[in-house]
Amino acid sequence: MLDPIFLLEAVVNGILLGGILALLALGLNLIFGVIDIVWIAYVDLVTLCMYGVYFLVSLYGWPLWLAGLAGIGIGALLGVLVHLLIITPILASPPINQLLATGGLLFFIQSAATLLWSTDHRSLRVSLPTLEVGGIFISFTRLLAFVLAILAMVALYLFLTRTYTGTAIRAVSQDREAIALMGARPQRLYLVTSAVGGAMAGVAGALLIIQYAVHPYFGGAFGPLTFMICVLGGLGNMVGAFAAAFIMAQVISVGGVLVSTEMGYVIAFVIFIVLMFVRPGGIFARRA
Amino acid sequence: MRPTRLLGLAGVVALALVPLLPLGPAQEYIWHVIIQIFLWSFVGNAWSLMGRFGLVSLGHGAFLGVGAYATVLLWNFYGMTPWVGAGLAVLLTVGFALVVAYPCSRFQVVGHYFGLVTLAVGEVIRLLIVAERDWTGGTASDWWTLQFADRRVFYYVGLAAWLFGLWVWWRVDRSMARSAMEAIGEDETAAASVGIRVARFKMAITALSAGLTALGGALLALYLAYANPDSLAGIGVSLRIVFAVVLGGMYALLGPFVGTALTIALSEYLRIYFGIKLIGIAETIYGLLLIVFIIFLPAGIYGSIAQAVRRRLIRPSGGLPLRA
Repeated sequence: MLDPIFLLEAVVNGILLGGILALLALGLNLIFGVIDIVWIAYVDLVTLCMYGVYFLVSLYGWPLWLAGLAGIGIGALLGVLVHLLIITPILASPPINQLLATGGLLFFIQSAATLLWSTDHRSLRVSLPTLEVGGIFISFTRLLAFVLAILAMVALYLFLTRTYTGTAIRAVSQDREAIALMGARPQRLYLVTSAVGGAMAGVAGALLIIQYAVHPYFGGAFGPLTFMICVLGGLGNMVGAFAAAFIMAQVISVGGVLVSTEMGYVIAFVIFIVLMFVRPGGIFARRA
Repeated sequence: MRPTRLLGLAGVVALALVPLLPLGPAQEYIWHVIIQIFLWSFVGNAWSLMGRFGLVSLGHGAFLGVGAYATVLLWNFYGMTPWVGAGLAVLLTVGFALVVAYPCSRFQVVGHYFGLVTLAVGEVIRLLIVAERDWTGGTASDWWTLQFADRRVFYYVGLAAWLFGLWVWWRVDRSMARSAMEAIGEDETAAASVGIRVARFKMAITALSAGLTALGGALLALYLAYANPDSLAGIGVSLRIVFAVVLGGMYALLGPFVGTALTIALSEYLRIYFGIKLIGIAETIYGLLLIVFIIFLPAGIYGSIAQAVRRRLIRPSGGLPLRA
């Protein structure tokens, strides 16, 4: 029989993992909700941001917090570049072409990273003490990353609800045609959205590099999971994506302890498929 | 006989004669590349049966993987000849595809959602067969195990498979089902309202596409005598199939072939040109070219050329459209 303490530890780890997944899902969902294109390569931008922070710290000796902030900037810049170079020319193309253009970017980023930095695993090794609470061991680094992830999401929430631009962005995701009639420029809003979505990838990258070693395929491993969380929560639905991230993280973490890591993912994906049939519009979809 | 048919027949005869040509010391390699083009084109054709009707699946790697692994495992553990094993694998895959397709059609999972559900299916299969790890074939060479020392035998197997795929595509293209499927792809509710059985057609085309893909997977595993969860299943494989087809043009008979031939030739060329120096550069250029092609040739290479030719032919004849 499994010691319940392990189970509890898995639950806690699941919550910590959920924070990062929620961050990724919110960034991707924001872009999808506004521009209506799934960036298949979104998680690979996270990989690039991780490399950025890694090199700023290890090569140029920047302090970690400054490199982390720079990572957010790198993410925003990458978001803008992707939008201008790849998304803008294909805004009017069929959805499959849009999907595949960013899929090509996935191949490009993964292999360019291999070319430039080889497949070595690179780690910043931030060693902070481990907390012990009632027999459960919690990595302080992970806890810190979780708190920062929550803060980033609060910042995103405030941006979307309390600023003029944020309100306009939410308006685009509700009705693309009407917003143009209201005098806002969708193109500019798309650009801001891509920058904000990219910045979220930057935050995720900065928070991941202090926990894990980066390699060219690191982000790609999160890819399918992130898409599924977005769909589960309802594409474009931010609150749904947030909740779905924690549900999926629990399934993976607890399933991983109860059965095996691979089966944890299999169970999560099967739950996703089943829920897709029961509630095609996402678990939090309002019945029309 | 119409000129297009004559041209097609001449092409097939020419392809059948290729193994008889003296191609010099590189001939083994050339056959190897062509066999892969045939088999992947066959898979691409199978994918386009769904893709052209708006059922954009990102999980065909799952069907490919089930076909490949079922064939191989039946052989390894039960000594079953691939003749029977591949048949069972195809049946298994069709059953599996129907299990996925039924709820998808029943609950109208379409568009982005369909793509992401199939993506999840692909990941589930990949993770399940990761447990099986790699598989390497024996050294047998006979018809019982479908393993041949002479590559030329498999050249003809590949050619036959590819032609069979084209034939199936052509039959679907000429059938009533095509009109029904196009109507469904445009608007499911409208199609249902004029009496088209939406769920039945969608499931049938999915079963056909999955079955052919599984056969392709079985043939690839037998030819390569090697199967690996990432080389014959998973999102990478699924995306590569879709890429090749869209690059060639998914609405044209030879589109998948053109796209597959081009992507394989390109990646082989880059691989040889750069060799083992600059690891990753071949794939980098490949990815970059894919983005460029998708942006500038949205109808695919073959599709775009076909459009241009048609336009040129129409203009001098005073605007009368040619027979499609």
